[in-house]
Amino acid sequence: MLEIQNLHVTYGNVEALHGISLTVEKGEIVTLLGANGAGKSTTLNTICGLIRPSKGEILFQGQSLTRMPAHKVVTHKITQSPEGRRVFGILTVEENLKLGSFTSKNKTRIKNSFEWIFELFPRLAERKNQLAGTLSGGEQQMLAIGRALMSNPKLLLLDEPSLGLAPVLVNQIFKTIRQINKSGVTIILVEQNARIALKIAHRGYVMEVGNMVMNGTSASLLEDPAVVQAYLGGNA
Amino acid sequence: MEIFFTQLTNGLAVGGIYALIALGYTMVYGVLKLINFAHGDLFTIGTYLGLSLLTSLAITDKLGPVAGVILLAVMVMCLVGIVGILLDRVAYKPLRTSPRLSAVVSALGASIVFSNAIMLVYGPSTKVYPHDILTTRVLDIFGLPVPVMRLVILLTSIVLMIALYGFIQKTKIGTAIRAAAIDQDAARLMGINVDRVIMLVFFIGPALGGAAGLMVGLYYGQIKFTMGWIYGLKAFTAAILGGIGNIPGAMVGGLLLGVIESLGAAYISLAWKDAIAFVVLILILIVRPTGLLGERVAEKI
Repeated sequence: MLEIQNLHVTYGNVEALHGISLTVEKGEIVTLLGANGAGKSTTLNTICGLIRPSKGEILFQGQSLTRMPAHKVVTHKITQSPEGRRVFGILTVEENLKLGSFTSKNKTRIKNSFEWIFELFPRLAERKNQLAGTLSGGEQQMLAIGRALMSNPKLLLLDEPSLGLAPVLVNQIFKTIRQINKSGVTIILVEQNARIALKIAHRGYVMEVGNMVMNGTSASLLEDPAVVQAYLGGNA
Repeated sequence: MEIFFTQLTNGLAVGGIYALIALGYTMVYGVLKLINFAHGDLFTIGTYLGLSLLTSLAITDKLGPVAGVILLAVMVMCLVGIVGILLDRVAYKPLRTSPRLSAVVSALGASIVFSNAIMLVYGPSTKVYPHDILTTRVLDIFGLPVPVMRLVILLTSIVLMIALYGFIQKTKIGTAIRAAAIDQDAARLMGINVDRVIMLVFFIGPALGGAAGLMVGLYYGQIKFTMGWIYGLKAFTAAILGGIGNIPGAMVGGLLLGVIESLGAAYISLAWKDAIAFVVLILILIVRPTGLLGERVAEKI
Protein backbone atom coordinates (compact mmCIF):
# COMPACT_ATOMS: atom_id res chain seq x y z
CA MET A 1 0.00 0.00 0.00
CA LEU A 2 2.77 2.43 0.99
CA GLU A 3 6.25 2.12 -0.33
CA ILE A 4 9.13 4.39 0.65
CA GLN A 5 12.39 4.02 -1.22
CA ASN A 6 15.71 5.55 -0.30
CA LEU A 7 14.24 8.64 1.37
CA HIS A 8 16.63 11.46 2.23
CA VAL A 9 15.61 14.55 4.19
CA THR A 10 17.85 17.52 4.89
CA TYR A 11 17.31 20.37 7.34
CA GLY A 12 19.65 23.16 6.31
CA ASN A 13 23.02 21.47 6.09
CA VAL A 14 22.13 18.56 8.31
CA GLU A 15 20.77 15.37 6.84
CA ALA A 16 18.08 13.92 9.12
CA LEU A 17 17.16 10.84 7.07
CA HIS A 18 19.95 9.00 5.26
CA GLY A 19 17.99 7.05 2.70
CA ILE A 20 15.40 4.99 4.52
CA SER A 21 13.11 2.42 2.92
CA LEU A 22 9.87 1.11 4.31
CA THR A 23 6.82 -0.78 3.11
CA VAL A 24 3.39 -1.03 4.64
CA GLU A 25 0.77 -3.52 3.49
CA LYS A 26 -2.95 -2.88 3.57
CA GLY A 27 -4.54 -3.65 6.93
CA GLU A 28 -1.31 -3.67 8.90
CA ILE A 29 -0.20 -1.83 11.98
CA VAL A 30 3.47 -1.02 11.47
CA THR A 31 5.43 0.58 14.27
CA LEU A 32 8.53 2.76 14.01
CA LEU A 33 10.76 2.44 17.04
CA GLY A 34 13.81 4.39 18.00
CA ALA A 35 15.26 6.91 20.39
CA ASN A 36 14.61 10.65 20.31
CA GLY A 37 16.09 12.18 17.18
CA ALA A 38 16.13 8.90 15.25
CA GLY A 39 13.95 10.47 12.55
CA LYS A 40 10.60 8.85 13.27
CA SER A 41 8.54 12.05 13.27
CA THR A 42 10.52 13.33 10.29
CA THR A 43 9.50 10.18 8.42
CA LEU A 44 5.82 10.70 9.21
CA ASN A 45 5.94 14.40 8.38
CA THR A 46 7.62 13.64 5.05
CA ILE A 47 4.91 11.13 4.16
CA CYS A 48 2.32 13.81 5.02
CA GLY A 49 4.00 16.43 2.88
CA LEU A 50 4.93 18.81 5.69
CA ILE A 51 8.58 18.17 4.88
CA ARG A 52 10.00 17.84 1.37
CA PRO A 53 12.50 15.08 0.84
CA SER A 54 15.76 15.88 -0.92
CA LYS A 55 15.90 12.45 -2.56
CA GLY A 56 13.84 9.29 -2.74
CA GLU A 57 10.32 8.16 -3.57
CA ILE A 58 7.08 7.81 -1.66
CA LEU A 59 4.47 5.69 -3.41
CA PHE A 60 0.96 5.25 -2.07
CA GLN A 61 -1.25 2.77 -3.91
CA GLY A 62 0.97 3.13 -6.92
CA GLN A 63 0.81 6.96 -6.95
CA SER A 64 3.74 9.18 -6.11
CA LEU A 65 3.34 11.42 -3.08
CA THR A 66 6.89 12.71 -3.26
CA ARG A 67 6.91 16.52 -2.98
CA MET A 68 3.12 16.74 -2.84
CA PRO A 69 2.01 19.58 -0.50
CA ALA A 70 0.43 18.47 2.78
CA HIS A 71 -3.08 19.69 2.02
CA LYS A 72 -3.13 17.53 -1.14
CA VAL A 73 -1.82 14.41 0.59
CA VAL A 74 -4.92 14.49 2.80
CA THR A 75 -7.12 14.03 -0.26
CA HIS A 76 -5.31 10.72 -0.89
CA LYS A 77 -6.78 9.53 2.41
CA ILE A 78 -3.64 9.76 4.51
CA THR A 79 -3.96 11.64 7.79
CA GLN A 80 -1.82 12.18 10.83
CA SER A 81 -2.40 12.60 14.52
CA PRO A 82 0.72 14.66 15.21
CA GLU A 83 3.14 14.51 18.10
CA GLY A 84 1.95 16.63 21.00
CA ARG A 85 -1.64 16.39 19.69
CA ARG A 86 -1.69 19.89 18.19
CA VAL A 87 -5.43 20.28 18.71
CA PHE A 88 -6.85 23.74 18.00
CA GLY A 89 -7.10 24.87 21.63
CA ILE A 90 -9.47 27.80 21.28
CA LEU A 91 -11.87 25.97 19.00
CA THR A 92 -14.52 23.61 20.33
CA VAL A 93 -14.20 19.83 20.15
CA GLU A 94 -16.85 19.81 17.46
CA GLU A 95 -15.07 22.50 15.41
CA ASN A 96 -11.83 20.53 15.68
CA LEU A 97 -13.53 17.41 14.38
CA LYS A 98 -15.23 19.33 11.61
CA LEU A 99 -11.84 20.62 10.48
CA GLY A 100 -10.76 17.00 10.26
CA SER A 101 -13.35 16.55 7.53
CA PHE A 102 -12.29 19.75 5.75
CA THR A 103 -11.60 17.98 2.45
CA SER A 104 -14.77 15.91 2.28
CA LYS A 105 -17.91 17.37 0.82
CA ASN A 106 -20.28 14.47 1.41
CA LYS A 107 -22.57 15.48 4.29
CA THR A 108 -23.85 12.01 5.13
CA ARG A 109 -20.31 10.70 5.21
CA ILE A 110 -19.29 13.47 7.61
CA LYS A 111 -22.27 12.61 9.79
CA ASN A 112 -21.27 8.94 9.79
CA SER A 113 -17.72 9.88 10.74
CA PHE A 114 -19.01 11.90 13.68
CA GLU A 115 -21.07 8.91 14.84
CA TRP A 116 -18.13 6.54 14.45
CA ILE A 117 -15.77 8.79 16.39
CA PHE A 118 -18.25 9.39 19.19
CA GLU A 119 -18.66 5.61 19.38
CA LEU A 120 -14.89 5.11 19.62
CA PHE A 121 -14.48 7.98 22.09
CA PRO A 122 -17.75 8.59 23.95
CA ARG A 123 -15.95 11.19 26.05
CA LEU A 124 -15.65 13.46 23.03
CA ALA A 125 -19.41 13.40 22.54
CA GLU A 126 -19.87 14.57 26.12
CA ARG A 127 -17.39 17.40 25.60
CA LYS A 128 -18.58 18.39 22.14
CA ASN A 129 -19.06 22.08 22.92
CA GLN A 130 -16.06 22.51 25.17
CA LEU A 131 -12.92 24.31 23.98
CA ALA A 132 -10.29 21.74 23.05
CA GLY A 133 -7.66 23.52 25.16
CA THR A 134 -9.65 22.80 28.32
CA LEU A 135 -9.61 19.01 27.79
CA SER A 136 -7.32 16.71 29.75
CA GLY A 137 -4.25 15.25 28.02
CA GLY A 138 -5.97 11.94 27.37
CA GLU A 139 -9.04 13.63 25.95
CA GLN A 140 -6.88 15.81 23.71
CA GLN A 141 -5.18 12.67 22.41
CA MET A 142 -8.58 11.16 21.68
CA LEU A 143 -9.53 14.36 19.88
CA ALA A 144 -6.32 14.36 17.83
CA ILE A 145 -6.96 10.77 16.73
CA GLY A 146 -10.65 11.42 16.16
CA ARG A 147 -9.86 14.51 14.10
CA ALA A 148 -7.48 12.47 11.94
CA LEU A 149 -10.22 9.87 11.40
CA MET A 150 -12.85 12.38 10.28
CA SER A 151 -11.81 12.18 6.65
CA ASN A 152 -12.09 8.35 6.57
CA PRO A 153 -8.39 7.74 6.01
CA LYS A 154 -7.02 4.58 4.47
CA LEU A 155 -3.69 5.21 6.16
CA LEU A 156 -3.48 6.74 9.63
CA LEU A 157 -0.17 8.00 11.00
CA LEU A 158 0.01 8.17 14.79
CA ASP A 159 2.90 10.05 16.36
CA GLU A 160 3.47 9.21 20.04
CA PRO A 161 -0.13 8.65 21.11
CA SER A 162 0.99 7.59 24.59
CA LEU A 163 3.04 10.73 25.26
CA GLY A 164 2.41 12.09 28.73
CA LEU A 165 -0.56 9.84 29.50
CA ALA A 166 -1.22 7.74 32.59
CA PRO A 167 -0.79 3.96 32.04
CA VAL A 168 -4.52 3.28 32.32
CA LEU A 169 -5.25 5.77 29.58
CA VAL A 170 -2.43 4.41 27.42
CA ASN A 171 -4.01 0.95 27.52
CA GLN A 172 -7.37 2.39 26.66
CA ILE A 173 -6.01 4.40 23.72
CA PHE A 174 -4.10 1.40 22.36
CA LYS A 175 -7.21 -0.77 22.61
CA THR A 176 -9.01 1.82 20.51
CA ILE A 177 -6.13 1.96 18.01
CA ARG A 178 -6.46 -1.80 17.51
CA GLN A 179 -10.22 -1.35 17.07
CA ILE A 180 -9.63 1.36 14.44
CA ASN A 181 -7.25 -0.98 12.61
CA LYS A 182 -9.80 -3.83 12.71
CA SER A 183 -12.31 -1.58 10.98
CA GLY A 184 -9.97 -1.44 8.00
CA VAL A 185 -7.60 1.47 8.60
CA THR A 186 -3.92 0.80 7.98
CA ILE A 187 -1.75 2.37 10.66
CA ILE A 188 1.83 3.53 11.07
CA LEU A 189 2.56 3.98 14.75
CA VAL A 190 5.51 5.94 16.10
CA GLU A 191 6.06 5.17 19.76
CA GLN A 192 8.61 5.61 22.52
CA ASN A 193 6.87 2.91 24.49
CA ALA A 194 8.21 0.01 22.41
CA ARG A 195 6.67 -2.74 24.50
CA ILE A 196 3.08 -1.63 24.06
CA ALA A 197 3.66 -0.68 20.43
CA LEU A 198 4.99 -4.14 19.56
CA LYS A 199 2.04 -5.68 21.39
CA ILE A 200 -0.47 -4.29 18.91
CA ALA A 201 1.71 -3.95 15.78
CA HIS A 202 2.10 -6.63 13.14
CA ARG A 203 5.56 -5.53 12.14
CA GLY A 204 8.13 -3.05 13.31
CA TYR A 205 11.06 -1.01 12.05
CA VAL A 206 13.87 0.21 14.25
CA MET A 207 15.46 3.56 13.42
CA GLU A 208 18.76 4.95 14.63
CA VAL A 209 19.99 8.46 13.79
CA GLY A 210 18.31 8.64 10.41
CA ASN A 211 18.79 5.04 9.33
CA MET A 212 16.61 1.95 9.33
CA VAL A 213 18.68 -0.56 11.24
CA MET A 214 16.31 -3.46 11.66
CA ASN A 215 12.88 -4.69 10.76
CA GLY A 216 10.74 -7.74 11.29
CA THR A 217 7.53 -9.07 12.75
CA SER A 218 6.64 -7.86 16.20
CA ALA A 219 7.21 -11.33 17.62
CA SER A 220 10.72 -11.54 16.20
CA LEU A 221 11.62 -8.02 17.38
CA LEU A 222 10.36 -8.79 20.88
CA GLU A 223 12.82 -11.67 20.99
CA ASP A 224 15.75 -9.90 19.41
CA PRO A 225 18.43 -9.33 22.06
CA ALA A 226 19.53 -5.99 20.60
CA VAL A 227 15.97 -4.65 20.63
CA VAL A 228 15.35 -5.93 24.12
CA GLN A 229 18.55 -4.35 25.31
CA ALA A 230 17.99 -0.95 23.69
CA TYR A 231 14.24 -0.43 23.74
CA LEU A 232 12.60 -2.84 26.15
CA GLY A 233 14.90 -2.09 29.02
CA GLY A 234 16.07 -5.55 29.98
CA ASN A 235 17.66 -8.86 29.10
CA ALA A 236 16.01 -11.38 26.84
CA MET B 1 -25.02 67.70 27.04
CA GLU B 2 -25.19 68.68 23.43
CA ILE B 3 -21.42 68.87 23.14
CA PHE B 4 -21.08 65.49 24.77
CA PHE B 5 -23.62 63.93 22.45
CA THR B 6 -22.09 65.48 19.34
CA GLN B 7 -18.63 64.32 20.32
CA LEU B 8 -19.91 60.86 21.18
CA THR B 9 -21.54 60.30 17.78
CA ASN B 10 -18.57 61.83 16.06
CA GLY B 11 -16.24 59.57 18.03
CA LEU B 12 -18.28 56.50 17.16
CA ALA B 13 -18.17 57.32 13.45
CA VAL B 14 -14.42 57.88 13.49
CA GLY B 15 -14.03 54.83 15.72
CA GLY B 16 -15.91 52.69 13.21
CA ILE B 17 -13.39 53.76 10.59
CA TYR B 18 -10.48 52.97 12.92
CA ALA B 19 -12.02 49.60 13.65
CA LEU B 20 -12.32 48.70 9.96
CA ILE B 21 -8.67 49.53 9.38
CA ALA B 22 -7.65 47.79 12.61
CA LEU B 23 -9.24 44.55 11.38
CA GLY B 24 -6.71 44.43 8.56
CA TYR B 25 -3.79 44.70 10.98
CA THR B 26 -5.22 42.14 13.33
CA MET B 27 -6.14 39.54 10.71
CA VAL B 28 -2.73 39.60 9.07
CA TYR B 29 -1.06 39.49 12.46
CA GLY B 30 -3.26 36.58 13.46
CA VAL B 31 -2.19 34.39 10.57
CA LEU B 32 1.38 35.57 9.89
CA LYS B 33 2.46 37.28 13.14
CA LEU B 34 3.41 40.20 10.93
CA ILE B 35 2.49 43.85 11.39
CA ASN B 36 1.63 44.97 7.90
CA PHE B 37 2.95 48.52 8.10
CA ALA B 38 1.81 49.18 4.54
CA HIS B 39 -1.81 48.73 5.61
CA GLY B 40 -2.37 52.44 6.25
CA ASP B 41 -1.29 53.15 2.69
CA LEU B 42 -3.76 50.59 1.36
CA PHE B 43 -6.38 52.70 3.14
CA THR B 44 -5.06 55.78 1.30
CA ILE B 45 -5.18 53.90 -1.99
CA GLY B 46 -8.84 53.25 -1.18
CA THR B 47 -9.57 56.96 -0.79
CA TYR B 48 -7.79 57.87 -4.03
CA LEU B 49 -9.29 55.03 -6.05
CA GLY B 50 -12.69 56.06 -4.72
CA LEU B 51 -12.14 59.61 -5.94
CA SER B 52 -10.91 58.48 -9.35
CA LEU B 53 -13.79 56.09 -9.93
CA LEU B 54 -16.30 58.61 -8.63
CA THR B 55 -15.20 61.39 -10.96
CA SER B 56 -14.35 59.30 -14.02
CA LEU B 57 -17.36 56.96 -14.04
CA ALA B 58 -19.90 59.39 -12.60
CA ILE B 59 -21.86 56.42 -11.29
CA THR B 60 -23.65 58.46 -8.66
CA ASP B 61 -25.18 60.56 -11.44
CA LYS B 62 -26.35 57.49 -13.30
CA LEU B 63 -27.50 55.29 -10.44
CA GLY B 64 -28.40 57.82 -7.77
CA PRO B 65 -26.36 58.43 -4.61
CA VAL B 66 -27.23 55.26 -2.67
CA ALA B 67 -26.80 52.59 -5.34
CA GLY B 68 -23.91 54.52 -6.83
CA VAL B 69 -21.96 54.68 -3.59
CA ILE B 70 -22.64 51.02 -2.82
CA LEU B 71 -21.34 49.98 -6.24
CA LEU B 72 -18.38 52.30 -5.78
CA ALA B 73 -17.63 50.72 -2.40
CA VAL B 74 -17.70 47.22 -3.91
CA MET B 75 -15.32 48.27 -6.67
CA VAL B 76 -12.94 50.02 -4.28
CA MET B 77 -12.94 47.06 -1.88
CA CYS B 78 -12.18 44.56 -4.67
CA LEU B 79 -9.40 46.70 -6.14
CA VAL B 80 -7.72 47.42 -2.81
CA GLY B 81 -8.09 43.74 -1.92
CA ILE B 82 -6.25 42.81 -5.10
CA VAL B 83 -3.52 45.33 -4.27
CA GLY B 84 -3.30 43.63 -0.87
CA ILE B 85 -2.78 40.22 -2.47
CA LEU B 86 -0.11 41.65 -4.78
CA LEU B 87 1.60 43.32 -1.82
CA ASP B 88 1.83 39.94 -0.09
CA ARG B 89 3.11 38.25 -3.23
CA VAL B 90 5.84 40.79 -3.86
CA ALA B 91 6.88 41.99 -0.41
CA TYR B 92 6.06 39.23 2.09
CA LYS B 93 5.72 35.83 0.45
CA PRO B 94 9.38 35.55 -0.63
CA LEU B 95 10.32 36.22 3.02
CA ARG B 96 7.96 33.66 4.58
CA THR B 97 10.79 31.49 5.89
CA SER B 98 13.17 34.36 6.70
CA PRO B 99 13.51 35.87 10.18
CA ARG B 100 10.46 37.91 11.06
CA LEU B 101 12.36 41.19 11.14
CA SER B 102 13.00 40.94 7.38
CA ALA B 103 9.29 40.99 6.66
CA VAL B 104 8.81 43.97 9.00
CA VAL B 105 11.48 45.93 7.14
CA SER B 106 9.89 44.89 3.87
CA ALA B 107 6.54 46.18 5.20
CA LEU B 108 8.05 49.58 6.02
CA GLY B 109 9.58 49.69 2.55
CA ALA B 110 6.27 48.80 0.93
CA SER B 111 4.63 51.61 2.88
CA ILE B 112 7.11 54.15 1.50
CA VAL B 113 6.71 52.79 -2.03
CA PHE B 114 2.92 53.05 -1.83
CA SER B 115 2.74 56.58 -0.46
CA ASN B 116 5.29 57.83 -3.00
CA ALA B 117 3.50 56.06 -5.81
CA ILE B 118 0.26 57.78 -4.83
CA MET B 119 2.07 61.13 -4.78
CA LEU B 120 3.54 60.51 -8.23
CA VAL B 121 0.19 59.56 -9.72
CA TYR B 122 -2.05 62.12 -8.02
CA GLY B 123 0.35 64.85 -7.04
CA PRO B 124 1.37 66.05 -3.58
CA SER B 125 -1.44 68.55 -3.02
CA THR B 126 -4.67 67.90 -1.16
CA LYS B 127 -7.49 66.53 -3.31
CA VAL B 128 -11.16 67.19 -2.73
CA TYR B 129 -14.09 64.80 -3.11
CA PRO B 130 -17.16 66.29 -4.79
CA HIS B 131 -19.38 67.27 -1.86
CA ASP B 132 -22.78 67.21 -3.43
CA ILE B 133 -23.05 63.43 -3.57
CA LEU B 134 -24.32 62.55 -0.17
CA THR B 135 -26.92 64.08 2.02
CA THR B 136 -25.93 66.77 4.48
CA ARG B 137 -29.20 66.43 6.38
CA VAL B 138 -29.08 66.58 10.15
CA LEU B 139 -31.53 64.50 12.12
CA ASP B 140 -33.06 65.75 15.30
CA ILE B 141 -32.99 63.04 17.98
CA PHE B 142 -34.63 64.22 21.22
CA GLY B 143 -33.52 67.71 20.43
CA LEU B 144 -29.93 66.70 19.72
CA PRO B 145 -28.53 67.13 16.21
CA VAL B 146 -27.13 64.07 14.45
CA PRO B 147 -25.86 64.34 10.88
CA VAL B 148 -27.26 61.50 8.78
CA MET B 149 -23.84 60.75 7.31
CA ARG B 150 -22.42 60.09 10.75
CA LEU B 151 -25.05 57.42 11.33
CA VAL B 152 -24.48 55.96 7.88
CA ILE B 153 -20.77 55.63 8.52
CA LEU B 154 -21.26 54.04 11.91
CA LEU B 155 -23.90 51.62 10.58
CA THR B 156 -21.84 50.69 7.54
CA SER B 157 -18.81 49.86 9.61
CA ILE B 158 -20.90 47.87 12.07
CA VAL B 159 -22.55 45.91 9.26
CA LEU B 160 -19.16 45.13 7.71
CA MET B 161 -17.77 44.06 11.08
CA ILE B 162 -20.74 41.79 11.83
CA ALA B 163 -20.47 40.27 8.37
CA LEU B 164 -16.78 39.56 8.92
CA TYR B 165 -17.37 38.13 12.37
CA GLY B 166 -20.12 35.84 11.08
CA PHE B 167 -17.90 34.72 8.22
CA ILE B 168 -14.98 33.91 10.54
CA GLN B 169 -17.09 32.20 13.20
CA LYS B 170 -19.73 30.37 11.24
CA THR B 171 -18.40 29.32 7.86
CA LYS B 172 -16.09 26.47 6.97
CA ILE B 173 -13.55 28.81 5.38
CA GLY B 174 -13.73 31.09 8.43
CA THR B 175 -12.94 28.14 10.67
CA ALA B 176 -10.02 27.29 8.37
CA ILE B 177 -8.70 30.84 8.82
CA ARG B 178 -8.93 30.48 12.59
CA ALA B 179 -7.21 27.10 12.44
CA ALA B 180 -4.37 28.46 10.31
CA ALA B 181 -3.94 31.32 12.80
CA ILE B 182 -3.53 28.83 15.65
CA ASP B 183 -1.23 26.26 14.06
CA GLN B 184 -0.31 26.36 10.38
CA ASP B 185 1.12 22.86 10.15
CA ALA B 186 -1.80 21.31 11.98
CA ALA B 187 -4.10 23.18 9.60
CA ARG B 188 -2.19 21.73 6.63
CA LEU B 189 -2.70 18.26 8.06
CA MET B 190 -6.45 18.91 7.93
CA GLY B 191 -6.18 19.54 4.21
CA ILE B 192 -6.33 23.32 4.49
CA ASN B 193 -4.35 25.16 1.84
CA VAL B 194 -2.64 27.67 4.13
CA ASP B 195 -1.26 29.72 1.23
CA ARG B 196 -4.83 30.19 0.04
CA VAL B 197 -5.89 31.25 3.54
CA ILE B 198 -3.12 33.85 3.67
CA MET B 199 -4.18 35.15 0.28
CA LEU B 200 -7.77 35.46 1.46
CA VAL B 201 -6.67 37.34 4.59
CA PHE B 202 -4.65 39.70 2.40
CA PHE B 203 -7.78 40.30 0.36
CA ILE B 204 -10.28 40.82 3.20
CA GLY B 205 -8.11 43.07 5.40
CA PRO B 206 -7.15 45.54 2.67
CA ALA B 207 -10.71 45.45 1.27
CA LEU B 208 -12.04 46.62 4.65
CA GLY B 209 -9.27 49.24 4.80
CA GLY B 210 -10.27 50.40 1.32
CA ALA B 211 -13.89 50.71 2.42
CA ALA B 212 -12.75 52.83 5.35
CA GLY B 213 -10.74 54.98 2.95
CA LEU B 214 -13.75 55.59 0.76
CA MET B 215 -15.84 56.53 3.78
CA VAL B 216 -13.24 59.02 4.98
CA GLY B 217 -13.12 60.57 1.51
CA LEU B 218 -16.88 60.88 1.28
CA TYR B 219 -17.30 62.13 4.83
CA TYR B 220 -14.41 64.54 5.29
CA GLY B 221 -13.99 65.48 1.65
CA GLN B 222 -10.27 66.24 1.73
CA ILE B 223 -7.60 63.64 1.07
CA LYS B 224 -3.83 63.69 0.99
CA PHE B 225 -1.27 61.05 0.08
CA THR B 226 0.22 61.06 3.59
CA MET B 227 -3.07 60.49 5.40
CA GLY B 228 -2.53 56.71 5.64
CA TRP B 229 0.23 57.25 8.15
CA ILE B 230 -1.84 58.76 10.94
CA TYR B 231 -4.96 56.66 10.23
CA GLY B 232 -2.80 53.56 10.10
CA LEU B 233 -1.11 54.46 13.36
CA LYS B 234 -4.43 55.08 15.08
CA ALA B 235 -5.92 51.84 13.77
CA PHE B 236 -2.80 49.95 14.80
CA THR B 237 -3.22 51.47 18.26
CA ALA B 238 -6.84 50.34 18.24
CA ALA B 239 -5.80 46.79 17.32
CA ILE B 240 -3.27 46.72 20.16
CA LEU B 241 -5.79 48.28 22.51
CA GLY B 242 -8.30 45.50 21.82
CA GLY B 243 -5.65 42.78 21.77
CA ILE B 244 -3.85 42.21 18.49
CA GLY B 245 -4.87 39.09 16.63
CA ASN B 246 -8.34 39.25 18.13
CA ILE B 247 -11.12 40.29 15.74
CA PRO B 248 -13.72 41.47 18.27
CA GLY B 249 -10.84 43.22 20.03
CA ALA B 250 -10.10 45.29 16.93
CA MET B 251 -13.75 46.31 16.70
CA VAL B 252 -14.00 47.31 20.36
CA GLY B 253 -10.57 48.95 20.33
CA GLY B 254 -11.44 51.04 17.27
CA LEU B 255 -14.76 52.31 18.58
CA LEU B 256 -13.29 53.00 22.01
CA LEU B 257 -10.31 54.87 20.63
CA GLY B 258 -12.56 57.02 18.43
CA VAL B 259 -14.79 57.97 21.35
CA ILE B 260 -11.93 58.67 23.78
CA GLU B 261 -10.15 60.80 21.23
CA SER B 262 -13.24 62.75 20.35
CA LEU B 263 -14.29 63.39 23.96
CA GLY B 264 -10.70 64.23 24.89
CA ALA B 265 -10.53 66.76 22.08
CA ALA B 266 -13.71 68.44 23.32
CA TYR B 267 -13.12 68.43 27.06
CA ILE B 268 -9.36 68.54 27.41
CA SER B 269 -7.76 70.09 24.39
CA LEU B 270 -8.12 69.74 20.65
CA ALA B 271 -4.39 70.12 20.23
CA TRP B 272 -3.82 67.11 22.47
CA LYS B 273 -6.22 64.87 20.56
CA ASP B 274 -3.56 62.47 19.25
CA ALA B 275 -1.58 62.49 22.48
CA ILE B 276 -4.67 61.54 24.46
CA ALA B 277 -5.19 58.48 22.28
CA PHE B 278 -1.67 57.25 22.91
CA VAL B 279 -1.76 58.03 26.64
CA VAL B 280 -4.84 55.84 26.89
CA LEU B 281 -3.03 53.11 24.99
CA ILE B 282 -0.07 53.26 27.35
CA LEU B 283 -2.32 53.18 30.41
CA ILE B 284 -4.30 50.20 29.17
CA LEU B 285 -1.17 48.29 28.23
CA ILE B 286 0.30 48.90 31.69
CA VAL B 287 -2.79 47.40 33.28
CA ARG B 288 -3.53 44.77 30.62
CA PRO B 289 -0.48 43.99 28.47
CA THR B 290 -2.49 41.67 26.22
CA GLY B 291 -5.01 44.39 25.37
CA LEU B 292 -8.65 44.54 26.38
CA LEU B 293 -9.88 41.30 24.83
CA GLY B 294 -6.51 39.61 24.60
CA GLU B 295 -7.29 37.66 27.74
CA ARG B 296 -7.08 34.24 26.20
CA VAL B 297 -3.41 34.25 25.42
CA ALA B 298 -3.73 31.62 22.72
CA GLU B 299 -6.45 33.60 20.93
CA LYS B 300 -4.90 34.57 17.67
CA ILE B 301 -7.71 35.71 15.41
